[in-house]
Amino acid sequence: MFWEKEIEIMPPKELNRLQLRRLKRTLKQAAKSPFYSLVFKRHRIYPEKIKTLADLKYLPFTTKEELREQFPYGFLTVAREKIVRVHSSSGTTGRATAVFHTQKDLEGWANLVARCMFMAGVRKKDVFQNMVGYGLFTGGLGFQYGAEKLGALTIPSGSGNSKRQIHLMQDFGTTVIHIIPSYALHLWKVFGEMGLDPKKDTKLRMAMIGAEPHSEATRQRIEEMYGIDAFNSYGLSEMNGPGVAFECPQKSGMHFWEDDFLVEVIDPRTQKVLPAGEEGELVFTTLNREAMPLLRYRSKDLATIYPEPCRCGRAHRRITRIKGRSDDMFILKGVNIFPLQIDTTLMNIPEVGTNYLVVLERENFEDRMVVRVEVRPEFFKGDLWQLERLRKQITEALRSEILVTPKVELVEPDTLPKSEGKAVRVIDRREM
Amino acid sequence: MAHQISVFVENKPGRIERVTEILAKAEVNIRAITVSGTYEYGVMKLLVDKPDTALEALKAQGISASKREILAVLMDDRPGGLHRVAKIFGQRKINIEDAYGFVIEDKKRAVLVVDVEKIQEAEKIIKEEGLATLSDQEIYSL
Repeated sequence: MFWEKEIEIMPPKELNRLQLRRLKRTLKQAAKSPFYSLVFKRHRIYPEKIKTLADLKYLPFTTKEELREQFPYGFLTVAREKIVRVHSSSGTTGRATAVFHTQKDLEGWANLVARCMFMAGVRKKDVFQNMVGYGLFTGGLGFQYGAEKLGALTIPSGSGNSKRQIHLMQDFGTTVIHIIPSYALHLWKVFGEMGLDPKKDTKLRMAMIGAEPHSEATRQRIEEMYGIDAFNSYGLSEMNGPGVAFECPQKSGMHFWEDDFLVEVIDPRTQKVLPAGEEGELVFTTLNREAMPLLRYRSKDLATIYPEPCRCGRAHRRITRIKGRSDDMFILKGVNIFPLQIDTTLMNIPEVGTNYLVVLERENFEDRMVVRVEVRPEFFKGDLWQLERLRKQITEALRSEILVTPKVELVEPDTLPKSEGKAVRVIDRREM
Repeated sequence: MAHQISVFVENKPGRIERVTEILAKAEVNIRAITVSGTYEYGVMKLLVDKPDTALEALKAQGISASKREILAVLMDDRPGGLHRVAKIFGQRKINIEDAYGFVIEDKKRAVLVVDVEKIQEAEKIIKEEGLATLSDQEIYSL
């Protein structure tokens, strides 16, 4: 079942021709921005000389730092009265970035989100509850416009206020939700506290999950807890937001829309382009954006492109789930560790509850990792040795995954800080 | 057979208070309590008059608690009273996982609470040896 059959199953050669046409148009458009006109001059790039998709490699990368330096209008290619929306990310680490959209950009974005949702199986008759932050965060408005374009009744419930979320689901018979994975785990507890079971007391059938890296084990937990299908969603605000890549019912990697984005995978250190099948940093070039085209934008997100086609028949290739941002990786005792590795390990142990926290500390010039883990009440048998065995099991499982022995602490349920937005799972207290 | 409530508690100030407050509000009477633990967390074991009420009240507040069967052996509160029970366990090869005791009437009767692996078998042996075990109700009617 296709939202835009012609584009979705377009033969690869034809798709490449479409990409080249759009790339040329994008380069001409980009040249109108103060930033790219300078870049083109400095690197002696003439958009009309780009003849094949392979010529992309002559273009320099665009980085987040450049987006920050050019804040707010340096990348803008159209007159200000043509832009109708801005999404801005303050970021926790640096200055703000802004992404502008024309009316046409917004329509294109909504269509991509609708295509993603339709691919996963959302239909007009569905009731869609969008449980993420609205406002400057792109997940709220992005899904709102996409779901409306698809034609589903859309509840803009926003993030937080768990009891009201559950009431809304019951009042309007919500069938599909968009939710951040850590919040889905938390909300399940709230169902329990209200004496409700989402499997019996709601009409939920699907969830779109994204906005934070999560493991396959976490997805499966969400599916089991709610009795639904959960689909992985990927997007980044610089590429509109949601709607960049999404899972089809095969749930085996996320299709990225190659009619809208040229995607490359590079080695983040050497900046060399890697062949399909090798893990690296995703680099995006917009193919359909008017107000603010971006060329070879370095996402810092790490993933792999599947070399083989998907059984669903779509021509658009797939990426693996995001392993993490190159920024998220931390180094402990000389070992590179991604938070996702910890998530996978913990969520595969049934006794582990829905919340955990990793704290990195430095004591007597030595780094250590403390992992605070909630124990699921239903697994507690009243035995101290059972807990000690569990603690050892968790320690050993983590050690074999990350090659560093953490200090595991078992904590009472609901005592770790709750998250209603993107969860903070790693706190680094080491002083640099 | 009697029942014991076990509660998972972190080793932090105020954790036990939280448990006792819930039990007080649920009007549960506590007959005996022990706390054992490691540096970071422990298990609180309680002998109460209404084990089911206690368990429900604790769980409703999101506390990890469980109920399990234990043996409450009635013994004499006099020198050698505990020894008599211990000797039976020793001779009949019953391994004690965990135990604690309390006095019901000074110089008359006391109770030894024991957690053993094969509890049905242990109860049978205790009875064969002429000692009595107590049920939840019996513990509180003493």
